[in-house]
Amino acid sequence: MPADTVQMARREPELSPEQEAILHRPELLKCIQCGTCSASCPTAYAMDYTPRQIIAALRAGRLEKVLRSNTPWLCASCYYCTVRCPAEIQFTDLMYELKRMAVRRSFYPRGSPALYKAFVSTVDRYGRSAETELMIRYYLSRHNPLGLLKLAPFGLKMLLRKRFPLLPHRIKGRGDLHKILDHIAQKGEA
Amino acid sequence: MAYSYYPGCSQEVSTKAYDHSSRAVAKALGIELIEIDDWNCCGSSPSYSLRDVESYALNARNLALAERDVPDGDLVTICNGCFGMMDKTNRRLGDDATLRKEVAEALAVADLEYRGTLTVRHLLDVLVKDLGREKIESKVTHPLEGLKVAPYLGCAFSRPSGIDDTEFPTALDDLLSWIGAEVVEYPLKAACCGGILMMSERQDVALKLVHTLLTEAVRRGATCLATACPLCHLNVEAYQGQVNSRFGTDFSLPVLFFTQLLGVSMGLGRQDLGLGEELVSAKTLLAPFMT
Repeated sequence: MPADTVQMARREPELSPEQEAILHRPELLKCIQCGTCSASCPTAYAMDYTPRQIIAALRAGRLEKVLRSNTPWLCASCYYCTVRCPAEIQFTDLMYELKRMAVRRSFYPRGSPALYKAFVSTVDRYGRSAETELMIRYYLSRHNPLGLLKLAPFGLKMLLRKRFPLLPHRIKGRGDLHKILDHIAQKGEA
Repeated sequence: MAYSYYPGCSQEVSTKAYDHSSRAVAKALGIELIEIDDWNCCGSSPSYSLRDVESYALNARNLALAERDVPDGDLVTICNGCFGMMDKTNRRLGDDATLRKEVAEALAVADLEYRGTLTVRHLLDVLVKDLGREKIESKVTHPLEGLKVAPYLGCAFSRPSGIDDTEFPTALDDLLSWIGAEVVEYPLKAACCGGILMMSERQDVALKLVHTLLTEAVRRGATCLATACPLCHLNVEAYQGQVNSRFGTDFSLPVLFFTQLLGVSMGLGRQDLGLGEELVSAKTLLAPFMT
């Protein structure tokens, strides 16, 4: 019974308040395990746990297993699960929340957030995404210069069509942008 | 009709044809697109995967700038991804007072304020709803008769925004039919292209999705795909070679932005529409309709 499993989860001694919060999202109790999310998910076949199993595991208090799985990192954010869920569970947003939590706790399959971190670092620096620098940073962070080399033919094709971004565009207001982001980061730590 | 305009980062270089063709068709249709001054990236799914309040603040800065400069116009974008992030931010700021306060305090550090008066729109939605069939048909000088197009809209246009049916969106079908194209019945029109997974270590997962999208389009008799999102566009166009080597297929299917097809039907020139920048050439395909 859902209510009982949540009670059990609450009794696990090592759970932080943050973990408690996600295990006790009231919407998880509404899940009837119908599997509509898993059947709708275009990448479920490659996941350690399907979306339905993720909710089951969370209700059973197995947050760490969930965070260490590849599932959140295979979510392509298509929102089919969300719009089809008969219990109106915002499953895609839950995937995002699990990714954020996994990163904060460093519980994730090796390398999973590397691409996202590279993306965000260029956005925060310039105010715009910088595709070329993003890929360089990503492959270097994965110690995979060969992967970068394999992109060369693709880059050349784009270059010939004048579609290869050489230099990042820096917005004028990046000082303001940094102030905004720093303000939030500092409040988060306080 | 004046709107704030947010092109999105991809449109600066790699899919600038989408920006150019959007501006060209908007101008020809009498829509004024006023680019948001010094806009920043929406953060896309990577930012939202790593932090939430910061991601909302990135988008709130753009909303604040747009509201300040074009207070009476909706904010229009052409990228499904940017549309999804900005629309989500706009709605969450409306619904969640705690978040609204946090974001307002952060914006205030940069002397910005967002009062929450804007509606975030996608250009396709604007064309179909605000202009409508009669207005668009009246501008068509070169109907795309006989051009078999698969309308590929992807995810974030209608999900979760709900601006079109979340299972069976029809905006792109409608627009393409108004400009004379033969719209192929394409059941995967709202299916996923794999998004950013294409650039990740699990490219195999995204390639499989694109393989399915291409297979179905060809099976249905399409001679090109129409898209409304630069990421969908890149995935289904630029990775056809990789799909071919992985699955032993022989796809060479031109992919065009809906704004390019609309522009062709209105008699606009190749340069205005960024034609010729495709990786899979559409030159022969479009030749009968070009002036």
